[in-house]
Amino acid sequence: MEGSTIALFFRWGHLLAGIVWIGLLYYFNFVQVPFLKAVSAEGKTEAFKHLVPRALNWFRWAALATWLFGAALLGAHFGDAFMLKGQYAIIGMGAWLGTIMLLNVWGIIWPNQKRVLGLVPASADEKKICARRAFLASRTNTVLSIPMLLFMAASTHGIALFNQ
Amino acid sequence: MTNPLDSIWGTIISGFVLTAVLYAFIDALV
Repeated sequence: MEGSTIALFFRWGHLLAGIVWIGLLYYFNFVQVPFLKAVSAEGKTEAFKHLVPRALNWFRWAALATWLFGAALLGAHFGDAFMLKGQYAIIGMGAWLGTIMLLNVWGIIWPNQKRVLGLVPASADEKKICARRAFLASRTNTVLSIPMLLFMAASTHGIALFNQ
Repeated sequence: MTNPLDSIWGTIISGFVLTAVLYAFIDALV
């Protein structure tokens, strides 16, 4: 198989996994958070038991898959991108933002959500702090996703936007 | 002062402001 065909499969995988990841991120921020604020205590318990863990499962593994497909797609230019060299600075900024977002998912959101959901024992006060931390990390990722998507798209479709 | 991340629109606007800042940074770099 030619290199360009392999790259296409990596790009396809990157887009598929990325849609699952960012789609769920927007679902959490625009739908689930307001829903959980409005729903009864009983509904919240049910959601924490059957809905949120499922969504978080797809969310965190899709985040990892997106990053791995992206890294594979960068291939030999991985270093150029992360060092923001020349025109690789455009995709490199997208890659940096995506990497920070991945670290947020696995390093902040998931460990804190495990306590909120009761998968890891925590007191009621700890759960409150963890919920706030996970919320802010999730909101931060929503902020970062906006420039991240511009730089991802611009790397192949909008190079003329940048002064070259 | 309220945290803009507490509101959906505050979050979205922050994203666009950050986009403008990072665009200027990368534009100066390439």
